Amino acid sequence: MYEFEFEKPSTVAEAVAALADEDAQALGGGQTLIPTLKQRLAMPSKLVSLSGIPQLKELSDNGGMLTIGGAVTHAEVAAAAADSYPALAELASHIGDPAVRNRGTIGGSLANNDPAACYPAAALGSGATIVTNAREITADDYFRGLFETALEDGEIITAVRFPVPEKANYQKFLQPASRFALVGVFAAKYAAGVRVAVTGASEEGVFRWHEAEAALDANFAPDALDGLSVDAGGMIGDLHGTKEYRAHLVGVMAKRAVAAAG
Amino acid sequence: MPKDNGIGASPKRREDVRFLTGAGNYTDDINVNGQAHVHFLRADVAHATINSIDTSAAEAMPGVVKIFTGADFAEVGGIPCGWGVTDRHGNPQQEPRHPIIAHDTIRHVGEIVAAVVAGTLEQARDAAEAIELDLSDKPAVVNMAAALAEDAPKVHEDLTSNLCYDWVFGNPDDDAVQAAFDSAAHVTTLELVNNRLVANPMEPRVAIGDYSRATDEHTLYTTSQNPHVIRLLMCAFVLGLPEHKVRVIAPDVGGGFGSKIFHYAEEAFCTFAAKACGRAVKWTSTRAEAFISDAHGRDHVTKIELALDADNNFTALRTNTMANMGAYLSTFSTSVPSYLHGTLMAGNYKTPIVQVNVKTVFTNTVPVDAYRGAGRPEATYQLERVIDKAARELGADPIALRRQNFITEFPYETPVALTYDTGDYAATMDKLEQVADVAGFAARRAESEKNGKLRGFGINCYIEACGIAPSNIVGMLGARAGLYDAATVRVNATGSISVMVGAHSHGQGHETSFPQVVADMIGIDESMVDIVHGDTGRVPFGMGTYGSRSIAVCGSAMVRATEKIISKAKKIAAHLMEASDADIELKDGQFTVAGTDKSVAWGDVCLTAYVPHNYPLEELEPGLEETAFYDPANFTYPAGAYACEVEVDPDTGKVSIERFAAADDFGNIINPMIVDGQVHGGLGQGIGQALLENAAYDEDGQLLSASFMDYAMPRADDVPFYQVDHSCQTPCTHNPLGVKGCGEAGAIGSPPAVVNAVIDALQSGGKNVAHIDMPLSPARVWAAMNG
Amino acid sequence: MAKVSMTVNGKAASGDVEGRTLLSSFLREQLGLTGTHVGCDTSQCGACVVHVDGKAVKACTMLAQEAEGAEVATIEGQANADGSLNTIQQAFQDHHGLQCGFCTPGMVMSAAALLKDNPKPTEAEIRDYLEGNLCRCTGYHNIVKAIMAASGQDVSSIAAE
Ligand SMILES: Cc1cc2nc3c(=O)[nH]c(=O)nc-3n(C[C@H](O)[C@H](O)[C@H](O)COP(=O)(O)OP(=O)(O)OC[C@H]3O[C@@H](n4cnc5c(N)ncnc54)[C@H](O)[C@@H]3O)c2cc1C
Ligand code: FES
Ligand code: FES
Repeated sequence: MYEFEFEKPSTVAEAVAALADEDAQALGGGQTLIPTLKQRLAMPSKLVSLSGIPQLKELSDNGGMLTIGGAVTHAEVAAAAADSYPALAELASHIGDPAVRNRGTIGGSLANNDPAACYPAAALGSGATIVTNAREITADDYFRGLFETALEDGEIITAVRFPVPEKANYQKFLQPASRFALVGVFAAKYAAGVRVAVTGASEEGVFRWHEAEAALDANFAPDALDGLSVDAGGMIGDLHGTKEYRAHLVGVMAKRAVAAAG
Repeated sequence: MPKDNGIGASPKRREDVRFLTGAGNYTDDINVNGQAHVHFLRADVAHATINSIDTSAAEAMPGVVKIFTGADFAEVGGIPCGWGVTDRHGNPQQEPRHPIIAHDTIRHVGEIVAAVVAGTLEQARDAAEAIELDLSDKPAVVNMAAALAEDAPKVHEDLTSNLCYDWVFGNPDDDAVQAAFDSAAHVTTLELVNNRLVANPMEPRVAIGDYSRATDEHTLYTTSQNPHVIRLLMCAFVLGLPEHKVRVIAPDVGGGFGSKIFHYAEEAFCTFAAKACGRAVKWTSTRAEAFISDAHGRDHVTKIELALDADNNFTALRTNTMANMGAYLSTFSTSVPSYLHGTLMAGNYKTPIVQVNVKTVFTNTVPVDAYRGAGRPEATYQLERVIDKAARELGADPIALRRQNFITEFPYETPVALTYDTGDYAATMDKLEQVADVAGFAARRAESEKNGKLRGFGINCYIEACGIAPSNIVGMLGARAGLYDAATVRVNATGSISVMVGAHSHGQGHETSFPQVVADMIGIDESMVDIVHGDTGRVPFGMGTYGSRSIAVCGSAMVRATEKIISKAKKIAAHLMEASDADIELKDGQFTVAGTDKSVAWGDVCLTAYVPHNYPLEELEPGLEETAFYDPANFTYPAGAYACEVEVDPDTGKVSIERFAAADDFGNIINPMIVDGQVHGGLGQGIGQALLENAAYDEDGQLLSASFMDYAMPRADDVPFYQVDHSCQTPCTHNPLGVKGCGEAGAIGSPPAVVNAVIDALQSGGKNVAHIDMPLSPARVWAAMNG
Repeated sequence: MAKVSMTVNGKAASGDVEGRTLLSSFLREQLGLTGTHVGCDTSQCGACVVHVDGKAVKACTMLAQEAEGAEVATIEGQANADGSLNTIQQAFQDHHGLQCGFCTPGMVMSAAALLKDNPKPTEAEIRDYLEGNLCRCTGYHNIVKAIMAASGQDVSSIAAE
């Protein structure tokens, strides 16, 4: 690691001010950033820890709208959302391992937008709103491709608002080594329609599978997806699975998610 | 009744207490006063000419002590290869120089290009970034077949080609072998890959070099399975140091599995640099470095053919294998695909004609060497896969086909140079059928099918040659070392015992099991016996731990030394009791005169040896310390039968191991608990190879699976509880303990069972899949099902 | 350099650290608590698991300064007050749940965290919980068995001792 300064502010305003320094970077749980720094792939001048800001640790459930502070850990979501949004809690409880879940945060995961990460599927599949110190961004506008988001430099995710669906489920097919999603599908049924978000699969990062959504709008059942498939062309092909395999898994996982959502 | 002490008992491991309380002493836990740290600048391209290295900016960076490049090592030797194989024409293997630091050419990603020694590791890393390399890339040779093509770029310009050797073993007469195939009623052919693996002991390698100007002595702390071998190789071949000026210490070592046998450049570097820098130099490998600098394992591509007569008897076997050596020859590399592999190709079967053909190949990849099983898993995998395929083609029962061809009479001379001293393959198969509940499989399959899963059952047998080895025989075959072992039993005046052993324990539990033997022989409490290992300054000599040899070879040396102790102690006891030593009996730590009630205790005899007031000084030296070197008369031959049951998800291709059973014959057993643990660990690795692990290179020689993010290690939920049985015991006939060794069996015997089971599952689902190359990842299984 | 202070195994501990100093380095190098091991650089192996304020975390993936004021527990503090092995440690020894010992501190710390939340975990729950703890020696059999035994479950029917 290159050396950096460490700062641990206690308010969002202080954090925003601290992040104004050139090359300062936010530190969530560090579960992605620290391994990256160990490889010397980044050279921040300063890390601004978000773990000491009470506002970012809040979690509230306002009848149908679950709001999760940007520094809430995966383990905390798994515990706190178990009743209000079980599909989200389930998802959070299968990110990484217990020690990773005790540190890693929702804000860090969404800011990082790893193409194989789980939360992006939940946020996009739920039509969540990403709340920052400066603005609110809908999930549909937020994800911009591999590791790319709508966040500006120094912008902090302060909270994420999840409208709670009638039913939902996330199915993750594990990449055997990293245990991130080789393919993950989040399917959620809202009064306004079904949303299906796919992670792990596409070269463009998390995406909505509109064709499946339309089919499920008509009939929220696994069979509704019979005959539908995503184009293998845009899928990721690597050591762990070809493009065709990932395209196939999208179909299988989508059906399983719908079946499990009930 | 299980015994509660001595040979055959399972006392709890004494070493566990320090490991469980954080008091272990691993190499990285050691810090030498004033030590500096080295960071190795490693090649990030697979093949290139080094035009120049400019270290001037780096040298001016804060904290830098000294920067080394290949030029600094021009005067010292290269890393030696410990085994010279003679090819089919009688010529020696091609053996390139293996420099400590790349001199003019880079030959694999991860090769050391420069070494920066600085006050702190981060300073060394900072400075390494300021080193300017001027390289001219050369085309990388990665694929073995391509490397052997006429016009292939050469990994080593000074060699004639990328062929290390072309070797034939067993029956060299091509026509005779072909005639056997021509007259066969059935021939089964299979092409397969034994996937390249990274050993990945959880403790990465560490080396600390220290040098005393006062005594001109070097100390190397290193994560090694065999400190004496490291000292010998490093002193004699690399640095040209007298051995008595070098001490090598391998303290607690966090697993090895073969990868810590070999002498590595980093060890020689730290030893050399400590003197050059005037301060100790420490290197701790990161996991990222381990992936590109620890020797890899396996990496064979094979075509195997099995001929059978009309009654399904095996009549001939022929194999053609290409084995990857990587860019340089690591310590045992050339022996693995030749003698450790070819000699096992008969397996448990009486096939009269066996011909093994092996080409070893240089490529621009990390050197490949022994990994748990070393050559024997490769042999077992081919053989047990081709037999399974033959059974399927012939509609024969895979268990019956194997049984019919078992060797049943011992000693048995195989057509591939070994003499199996003893065994009972039918007995382990009987036991396996029982432990694996073969009878209940149909019901379990039906249950799986109800849940939409395909269930498969696979078995295999294995035999291995352990306890390497009779020195004269391996010498004839090209080994450049003796493969005996040594032990010194030092009895203290008050009767407690230190046993200095040449074997090294890095998980095997020697600290517990070795004392069981000595205490049992004398009849004293195990707590009175300690072993000392892993330090050339305290242990006279030894060849170390690998090839499941510790108890069979070093244990035998320990028995011999203890016998000498007992013999001398009896003389002392005879003197004390005024009897003839022929009449002295030793039981439960008491010496008695046969037929009398005279007795003297162990402790009194020991005290007398060191306080020889009443002592036969004219006939006997005082003191009680004996050393034995033991050179085995033959290999030992653990063997057994394994069974695996899998479920395959037909929608995704995901395989899950539902049951795994192992029936082994390890001969006599010192500590059953430890033996079970060794098998479990081997099974975990074998299942890892079969389903998960793969060191994959791209065509430019970049390792694609270069971290745990892409190299799939078996985790707790990838494996089931195993059913392990070792009640079948045909004791080894030629070593004093009747032991055979158990360290590698699990890794050798499990991959074919897993693959056989998956093929069985797919066939049961109507998928006509004859073979899938390991690892059987979901993607590969799905592709095979839909191919 | 900044000063950090925390409680480690019940005792006050402090030292001067850089921004980049990891909790694992602080424990190993500054406090000499070398029982916390480092087996990877991608936060996957779990050899470094310690407890921070009662929760299992990977000490290699947390900055030392993030633990300012925290209660940190490491393997060195797990034994009973009289120095004897605690229930989990004892179960690991009784059931041969370790071989080379390198993964063991992390395994014991993870097991302790699991049993705190889930006093009687099933085999599947244990295997799932150990996702972030790699062991290359044991094939996991005796680790899982030891944790079941430590939770008071009867393990006598599990194949092989
Ligand atoms: C072993 C392991 C397994 C894992 N498995 C999975 C998995 O299965 N699925 C999965 O989805 N993830 C997985 N992860 C990643 C994990 O979920 C991370 O916690 C997460 O991706 C990053 O969150 P963090 O809080 O740790 O962020 P950090 O690592 O601290 O930061 C990541 C990035 O986000 C920025 N950042 C952090 N917080 C904020 C914020 N509030 N506002 C703006 N920017 C911010 C940082 O500057 C940095 O660029 C795994 C990680 C590990 C180590
Ligand atoms: S060292 Fe912390 S997870 Fe590997
Ligand atoms: S005991 Fe060696 S890694 Fe687990």
